[in-house]
Amino acid sequence: MLVLFYIFAALAILAAISVVAQRTPIFSALSLIVVLCSLAVVYLLLGAEFIAVLQVIVYAGAIMVLFVFVIMLLNAGREAPSHRSRIAKWLGAPLVAAFLAEVLLAVWKQFSAGSTRPATSIDAGPAAVGHLLFRSYVLPFEVTSILILVAILGAVVLAKKEF
Amino acid sequence: METLLILMLLPPLLGTILSGILGRRFSQAMVSLIGCGASGLSMVFALLSAWAYTNSSTQPAPFIHRYFTWIESGNLHADYALYYDRLTLVMTVTVTVVAFLIHLYSRGYMEHEGGYYRFFTYLNLFLFMMLTLVTAANYPLLFVGWEGVGLCSYLLIGFYFRKQSASDAGKKAFIVTRLGDAGFTVGVALLFWTFGSLNFQSTFASLAALPAGQMQNTLTAIGILLFLGAVGKSAQIPLYVWLPDAMEGPTPVSALIHAATMVTAGVYLVARSNPIYSHAPLALEVVGVVGCVTAFYAATIALTQNDLKRMLAYSTISQLGYMFIGCGVGVFAAGIFHLMTHAFFKSLLFLCSGSVMHALNGELDMRKMGGLRQKMKTTFLTFFIATLAISGLPGLSGFFSKDEILAGAYEGPLGQPWLYWLGALTAGLTAFYMFRALFLTFFGVSRMAPEVEHHVHESGSKMTVPLLVLALFSIVVGDVSWPKALGGTEAFDRYLEPVFKPSEDFLQSSAHTAGHGLAGGSLMMFALLFAAVGILVAYWFYLKSTSLPGRLAARFSTAYKILIHKYYVDEFYNWLVVRPIRVCSEKFLWRRVDAGAIDGVMVNGTGESVVEVGSLLRRIQSGNIRSYASWVLLGATLWLVYVLWPR
Amino acid sequence: MVPLSHVLALSAVLFVIGAAGFVFRKSIITVFMCIELMLNAVNLAFIGFSRYLGSLDGQLFAFFVIVVAAAEAAVGLAIIIAVYRNRDSLNIEDLDSMKF
Repeated sequence: MLVLFYIFAALAILAAISVVAQRTPIFSALSLIVVLCSLAVVYLLLGAEFIAVLQVIVYAGAIMVLFVFVIMLLNAGREAPSHRSRIAKWLGAPLVAAFLAEVLLAVWKQFSAGSTRPATSIDAGPAAVGHLLFRSYVLPFEVTSILILVAILGAVVLAKKEF
Repeated sequence: METLLILMLLPPLLGTILSGILGRRFSQAMVSLIGCGASGLSMVFALLSAWAYTNSSTQPAPFIHRYFTWIESGNLHADYALYYDRLTLVMTVTVTVVAFLIHLYSRGYMEHEGGYYRFFTYLNLFLFMMLTLVTAANYPLLFVGWEGVGLCSYLLIGFYFRKQSASDAGKKAFIVTRLGDAGFTVGVALLFWTFGSLNFQSTFASLAALPAGQMQNTLTAIGILLFLGAVGKSAQIPLYVWLPDAMEGPTPVSALIHAATMVTAGVYLVARSNPIYSHAPLALEVVGVVGCVTAFYAATIALTQNDLKRMLAYSTISQLGYMFIGCGVGVFAAGIFHLMTHAFFKSLLFLCSGSVMHALNGELDMRKMGGLRQKMKTTFLTFFIATLAISGLPGLSGFFSKDEILAGAYEGPLGQPWLYWLGALTAGLTAFYMFRALFLTFFGVSRMAPEVEHHVHESGSKMTVPLLVLALFSIVVGDVSWPKALGGTEAFDRYLEPVFKPSEDFLQSSAHTAGHGLAGGSLMMFALLFAAVGILVAYWFYLKSTSLPGRLAARFSTAYKILIHKYYVDEFYNWLVVRPIRVCSEKFLWRRVDAGAIDGVMVNGTGESVVEVGSLLRRIQSGNIRSYASWVLLGATLWLVYVLWPR
Repeated sequence: MVPLSHVLALSAVLFVIGAAGFVFRKSIITVFMCIELMLNAVNLAFIGFSRYLGSLDGQLFAFFVIVVAAAEAAVGLAIIIAVYRNRDSLNIEDLDSMKF
């Protein structure tokens, strides 16, 4: 199990670097799909079956498709180099490195002190998630439905050709 | 009684308000009715108060009435309270009578000058303030009156405010007396600190209970500081320089304020504070010496003045010096007596000079007058009577008062022979310069310009009636107090005994006066002798051999120059005080501090620095999303550093 | 099983890569994809904690994150289309009119 985790973790990281490093947006999009699917596998390894499937269907299946459509619509090509932000030019790389170091340090500090307790096995099937969703989290659930409605309206209005 | 006092104070105040606000629309007759009416009512009530007090059962103790609370701050209590005793009686009667007569005179004098209603407004205000000053029952209220008369003096000196010299004179008066007022305020503060109270009753009671020699340093300091205020207000050395310049004001103003009343406020202050001074003989000696030196000094300057009013101004300074001699040697009653007689004959002298000025269309240089005796008979007669009075001729009021002072200077509790001799010499000088003025103005051949001579006429009755009344007073007022040497009882002194005797006795007991040798009668003789010599010399110089003064002036030209330039004191003060202040104000305080530091650095600088910082800071809003993202990342990184920092 | 520290480390690395992309890339769409990458890293952290704390709340949160990300992606891409129509450029450095 741990081996599987390492394989897919490495895949996720490589694909993420590819997302950031590719010149053409379409290749970035495809790399992002790889990342999402790897993460779905990791979720499965962590026992979150429902979320894993949700990730594949919604995230990789719908959102990324939308991204690809828009890229193709706008005919987004290679990026032209331009450097108008001085702070990004000079401080960008050091900041990112520092940030990475700090975050890893934070994680390491947390776990070097003592051992964590062993993972507990919980039932994370759709039924269990659904139970929780429609009982404790019913309000956010309803609110998100309105949110999606608004998003649909907004997207339609914003992307129209003329008013 | 308390109503009468308020009724005395009220008419001038109401007159001020009425003329001030509505006077512009009134006719001259209406304005003069309000003004003179207010002053007249005030005089009536002053006399009624005097009568009520004299017949009251509590006299001669002072009548004190508290009307309402004014200041209540911690330990400091100052009420609006009035204090009426025999001294107050003398002061109020003198002030109101003289003021009323001058109001009447002003009806005629100011008829063709501009600003009629403004004049009477200020005059009424002055009367109110002066009465407040003399009836106050505590030092703060006295100071209110003190400052009030100073304000009116400024307003009235600069009455012809369009004339540069007049407004300058007003400013000079105010600023110079301010220096004295500073001393006054510090003295009052010291008094409060020492006694915890500022009203006369409790302070004087504490002083009465104090044995001799106690607290002397404090009391001497208080005495000298209060006297400093008097020096400013009553124009003694070194703060006298404003009074000659104050002659820029209309002549009734010179008569009322700068001869009879305001300048005497200093004398009143010293006399009223006599319990303080009785415990501080050193301060009293200072008072006496300053008074004597000033008297002599001013008389020397008056010898050579050619401007009639200026000469009278120096004469006033000199006579005020006499009053301070009286207070300074411990015969306070004599000082007040001279104050009273001087009020009458000096204001008469000023009003006569006003009459002359009117007749000669504004001319005041005595070298351009002469021979007015025939053309202005009433003016001449009254001027002559006043001149006799001030020279101290027997039978007239000035004789009695001046004589008492000189006697006190010789044999009073703090008297010294040299004070007497200098005072007698000054009396001689006084007689000389007054008769000089008389001869130059009214006798001899006319030196007037022809067109002026044409229009010379006696003044109307509005002006001459007050002159005659004042002349009458100048003669008879002295009779209230015949000196002992001539067989009298010195009734005036007896009258004021309740006010002054405790202090005088105290000083007498604590001073060391040996017998000086000369008796009262011979003192009088010497003074008279000096006066007679003065008159004869004046007669010789100005009637007999009129070229003699000119030749003497040429012979002793340096001495003459010094005298006629008033010992160059004004120039000295200008160099010492005025010029440095002006230079400092203009070059340093104005340019560097005000325009440079405050305007430039603080006000404009703050604005500019804010703009600078703002224009620096707003560059962060570059609109570039990558920059914003970098800033966010920077912030997050720094925050993580803070969180992860090992404790 | 999988230790929590590994999960969190993976999440951290993915997040930093997303942040780096956000700072360095110039095309709007790529920047948007980096944002999605960051959201996924956070999701991973939620799931990891949910597993190790034994409660389903973490998964619920991840659920809501996915939903909101969907809505956000829709609207955001619509905006990008509108911007492209107006400015004819997909370079975020050209979108800088809201400045001093």
